[in-house]
Amino acid sequence: MRRWGLLAKEALTQTLTFARFFCLFHVTNHYLWSPTLVFGPSMLPTLNLTGDVILAEYVSHRVGRLGPGDIVFVRSPVDPNKIVTKRIVGVEGDRVTYFKPRNGDSCHTVVVPKGHVWIQGDNLYASRDSRQFGPVPYGLIEGKAFFRQVWPPNSFGSLG
Amino acid sequence: MCRCILGEISNMAAHNFLWSLTKNCFTFGLIGLTVSDRYASIVPVRGSSMSPTFNPTTDSFMGSLSDDHVLMEKFCLQKYKFSHGDVIVFCSPSNHKEKHVKRIIGLPGDWIGTPMTNDVVKVPNGHCWVEGDNPSSSLDSRSFGPIPLGLVKGRVTHILWPPQRVRHVERKNHQNRHSPS
Repeated sequence: MRRWGLLAKEALTQTLTFARFFCLFHVTNHYLWSPTLVFGPSMLPTLNLTGDVILAEYVSHRVGRLGPGDIVFVRSPVDPNKIVTKRIVGVEGDRVTYFKPRNGDSCHTVVVPKGHVWIQGDNLYASRDSRQFGPVPYGLIEGKAFFRQVWPPNSFGSLG
Repeated sequence: MCRCILGEISNMAAHNFLWSLTKNCFTFGLIGLTVSDRYASIVPVRGSSMSPTFNPTTDSFMGSLSDDHVLMEKFCLQKYKFSHGDVIVFCSPSNHKEKHVKRIIGLPGDWIGTPMTNDVVKVPNGHCWVEGDNPSSSLDSRSFGPIPLGLVKGRVTHILWPPQRVRHVERKNHQNRHSPS
C-alpha cells in the first residue's frame, strides 16, 4: 500500500517537472524569442532563397515599438495557416507610394488606415504583399526578426 | 548560544519557505499562462452586442460583476477550421488591443447579402464575415468588412458565470444570410 503511495508521489513530481519545462519552453517561444526558419524569394537580397535561420523576438510588437524598416513575421491574411516574412513600409496614417512591376509600372498612393500596417518584400518582383492584399491589421503581426543566426555561417550578424 | 542557533535555524526556515513559495507561484503562473494560451481560457463579455446569447440584461447597478464569463477554447486555431454560426473572439482590425465577441455568418467564398445597402459581398480567401446577435447595437463586419481569420483568438463554447446561466453556446445557422459560391 505504501509502495503505491510512494510511486504516485514520484510520478507527480516527475509530471510537475515536465510541466514546468514544457511551460517555460512555451512562454519563451511565444513571449521572448525563438529561432525561425525562413525561405523564399520575396526578401532577396536580404534573406536567402533556400533558407535562413533567424532569431525572432516577440517583445517589440506587444509594446508597440515597431516602425518602418522592421522585418516582421505576419500571419498571412490570405491563408491563416501560413506566416510570411516581410518588411514594414508604412504604419497607420502614413502615405505609401508603391508600384506593381508586372502591371505596366503604374504608380499608386494609399493612406494606411488606423490599426493597419503596409508590408512589402524587399524583392518587389517576386513578392506577394500589401500591394496585392492591401494593408494588414496590426493584430496579425506575430514577431520581429532581429538577428541572423549561425546558418549560413558567413552571414552571421544583426538585421537592421 | 542555543538561542543563537535556534534563531538562525528559524531564519533559514523562513527564508526557505519564502523561496519555495516564490518558486511555486512562478511555476503555477507559467502553467496557467501556457494553458490559457494553448488550450482554453475564461473571458468576460462586455456590452450587449450579442444579446440575448450573452448579457441579456444591462444591469448597470452591478456593473462588471454581472457580465457573462465564457469559456474560450483554442483548439480551433490548429487548422483555423470554423463553421457557420460559431461564436468567436477576435482582435479588432482597427485597434489590436481590443477584443470582440461575435458570431461567424460567412466563411471564405460565401456571398453575404447586406439588407441595409442592398449590396452583395463575397468573403475573400482567408477572411470571415462576423455579426453580433443584436444587430441594432453591434459594431461588426457590416461596418469594418470581412476580417482575416488570423485575427481570431478562440471559439466560445460555454457560459460559465453567472451560475444560473451556465450552458453550452449553440451554433446558430443563418441560412438566409449567406450562400456558397
